[in-house]
Amino acid sequence: MSQYIIRRLVQAIPLLFAISLLTFAIIEIAPGDAAQMYIDPEKGTDPAYIEQVRVSLGLDQPFYVRYISWLGKTLTGDLGYSLRTRRPVSLEVGDRLPNTLILGASALLLSFVLAIPIGVISAVKRNTAVDYGLSILALVGISIPIFWLALLLLQVFSIQLGWLPASGMRNMRQELTGFAGVIDVAHHMVLPVLVLSFAQLASWSRYQRSALIDVLGQDYIRTARSKGLAERRVLTVHALKNSLLPMITVAAISVPTIVMGAYITETIFSWPGIGRLGVTSVAGRDYPVIMAVTLLSALLIIGSNLFADISYAWADPRIRYDSR
Amino acid sequence: MTAVKLPAVAPAGLELKQERFRVWRAFKRHRLALVSAILLIIFCAIAIFADRIAPFDPNATNAALAGGKPQPPSAEHWLGTDAYGRDYLSRTLVAIRISLVVGLTAVVFQVVIGVGTGLLAGYFGGRTDNILMRITDTFLAVPGFMLLLMVAGILGGTLPALILAIGALTWMTVARLVRAEVLSLKQREFVTAAQCMGSSHWRIMGVYMLPNLVSIIVVAATLSVPAAILTESALSFLGLGVPPPNASLGNMLSDAQQWIRSAWWIWVVPGVTISLIVLAFNFVGDGLRDALDPRTRS
Repeated sequence: MSQYIIRRLVQAIPLLFAISLLTFAIIEIAPGDAAQMYIDPEKGTDPAYIEQVRVSLGLDQPFYVRYISWLGKTLTGDLGYSLRTRRPVSLEVGDRLPNTLILGASALLLSFVLAIPIGVISAVKRNTAVDYGLSILALVGISIPIFWLALLLLQVFSIQLGWLPASGMRNMRQELTGFAGVIDVAHHMVLPVLVLSFAQLASWSRYQRSALIDVLGQDYIRTARSKGLAERRVLTVHALKNSLLPMITVAAISVPTIVMGAYITETIFSWPGIGRLGVTSVAGRDYPVIMAVTLLSALLIIGSNLFADISYAWADPRIRYDSR
Repeated sequence: MTAVKLPAVAPAGLELKQERFRVWRAFKRHRLALVSAILLIIFCAIAIFADRIAPFDPNATNAALAGGKPQPPSAEHWLGTDAYGRDYLSRTLVAIRISLVVGLTAVVFQVVIGVGTGLLAGYFGGRTDNILMRITDTFLAVPGFMLLLMVAGILGGTLPALILAIGALTWMTVARLVRAEVLSLKQREFVTAAQCMGSSHWRIMGVYMLPNLVSIIVVAATLSVPAAILTESALSFLGLGVPPPNASLGNMLSDAQQWIRSAWWIWVVPGVTISLIVLAFNFVGDGLRDALDPRTRS
């Protein structure tokens, strides 16, 4: 097992190289360059001055030299400075990462808590009106764009009813600390978390349904029933536990969707996270930040794929990776 | 070559008709899929004739009428106007065209790459399979949305660039599905027979295998269109997709954000339209899967 993990980690390295090179290349072929962000408008058009800025930023060097120098600095933990705010990129990213993690983790949790019971109900009542109704609802659910859902929820809960704040992470008017501060953040989180978990909710409940139907057809379920166990016990102890296994993989392969959702949700609700940073950095051509956000997203996706495979092997003893 | 007709590849005459009839009957049973198929035909007609049925020029502003505020639906403007006095119905119609063009062409592109990769990897196996599947895994790890943002935002999001980028970042699922199916087709007698008769690799792949892949490809493609449409509208919503003044359902919703308090039609119309298009594709894909995939047949 540990051999397998090490092999997978080693395989991730060329992957990250490839992605960073690709990102660097896209930035390279973009019109204009980073010097424009640094030029002092006072001295503006003087070619000698512009050239001096370019040299100071290393932009006079060829592509591969700049890539290698970026790589060297990145490997030693120096991500450079944001062109927009002039703060270190590591601070820009580090400040926002916890906010995104709180949002993403809450959304994952909420998706699980809601999707599993819905899937179980569909599976137990399969091919009844309840099941068909839930399956149509799930299709409707995956068809609604999450940015429209966000506007809908904003309209109802924030504008019409006035129950929930429309944007931000904290109350701007007063500084709340301690427990009141936690409640304040939770209050701001309700709408973004609902929106972010919605997309998963629809597809996960379908996966849970088919996983449980699959398990209910197994021989050991027939054995449990013929032993005379109560149906409730068969369902909760024997079937549900085994049907949860594929959900680990489903959750992990949903990470790219959640990452994409975070870009949109954070932008709409002005949530100070990585997704919103990604969108503003692309809009403002803040190249060092773009590189950092892209690599961070890639790391998250690679990590979650690895997590899916490992946890699956850990939970299901029949799977052995080492023997391959 | 023509002397040997292989039933699994091309059921001749009557059998083919019966097969088509069976698929049609199975699809028809799925009421919502049937309704959605009709809805899609209507949407396609709208997309094709958008500029002829639009009552106004979708980009023509009318500041005198609007006065800086969206105007509610009236006898003249059925869906009202936006803050620049542009006719909202006309903008919605051309936006439907953009959504469908992006969705359909991106998926064609995705299917071409995906089927090509899956077919070659599954058929040749060994080293080819290894290399192609490693490339597929690499693409699966790419943070697609961030790259799309960059292509749209930095390279200047022209529509063809957007379509190519969406296609190039989404072909992996098709490749995997096709590869798995090809691996099982390789074991079938008619493929062995074709190999024994000395058919070339290309002939086996193109003539004997591809027709058997059509049903999975059709289902996968139908279910990929909504994803492509939602991606384009998300990019436009973030202001990085279809550039203004041209209308797309995403950038209409983006503009709608500031009028959410006062003008309901501004945010309801594009949102309902996207949801209907996407829902129709999902229902049709679902119905096609039930009708075509033997594994889900009851």
